[in-house]
Amino acid sequence: MRKIRVQAEDFDAAAEARALSLGRADVGATVTFVGYCRDEGGTLAALEIEHYPGMAEAEIERVVAEAETRWPLIGVTAIHRFGRLAPGAQIVMVAAASGHRAAAFAAAEMLMDYLKTRAPFWKQAIRADGTREGWVEAKDEDADSAARWGAAEP
Amino acid sequence: MKAVYFAWVRERIGKSEEEISPPAEVVTVGDLIAWLAGRGEGYAYAFEKASVIRAAIDRVHVKHHAHIADGREIAFFPPMTGG
Repeated sequence: MRKIRVQAEDFDAAAEARALSLGRADVGATVTFVGYCRDEGGTLAALEIEHYPGMAEAEIERVVAEAETRWPLIGVTAIHRFGRLAPGAQIVMVAAASGHRAAAFAAAEMLMDYLKTRAPFWKQAIRADGTREGWVEAKDEDADSAARWGAAEP
Repeated sequence: MKAVYFAWVRERIGKSEEEISPPAEVVTVGDLIAWLAGRGEGYAYAFEKASVIRAAIDRVHVKHHAHIADGREIAFFPPMTGG
């Protein structure tokens, strides 16, 4: 069971996670990760997230398929937002459900590491004074995190 | 084929998409980047550091040595910063 969404609207992470095990008796563990927009010590007014429509969904689908080959997952939900997001807003969530917690924890972590380096999204920072700081630079540590799972750079 | 651009690649070129007809000697993604870079100031700026540019053919990531042969849509963008 896969649910993949790329949307401007907010999402209900708790309800999404709960839906993975609702009405089932085989789920032993669901791990949910939610990523938020930080205010960077009060200096950031918003993030503007651009994406590649069509490819964003397709690439997340490929990432989820990769996780499914590695762990016995019962269900995965991945939602990524785009557009202008204020500090405190939810940006992304992944939830992985499995029979046991080890697979659910590992899958959720791998999904996020892959999403950050492979899914076609780009963040731009809007400062508190209204100026555009420009495009957020990709971090080496994100590439290193993805490499832990054997991911080649896209 | 259709070329699409994102983030600062789009901003530097000044458009988000266009139809392109590269000459026959443009075979790989890398060739296409070099060809595009010669089309004007904005393109030269967008592709000045070719090694950092990521590409996708028909919405699948590809390396610079990949052939563009049957691609219908080729995308160029900076390293991704989602999540």
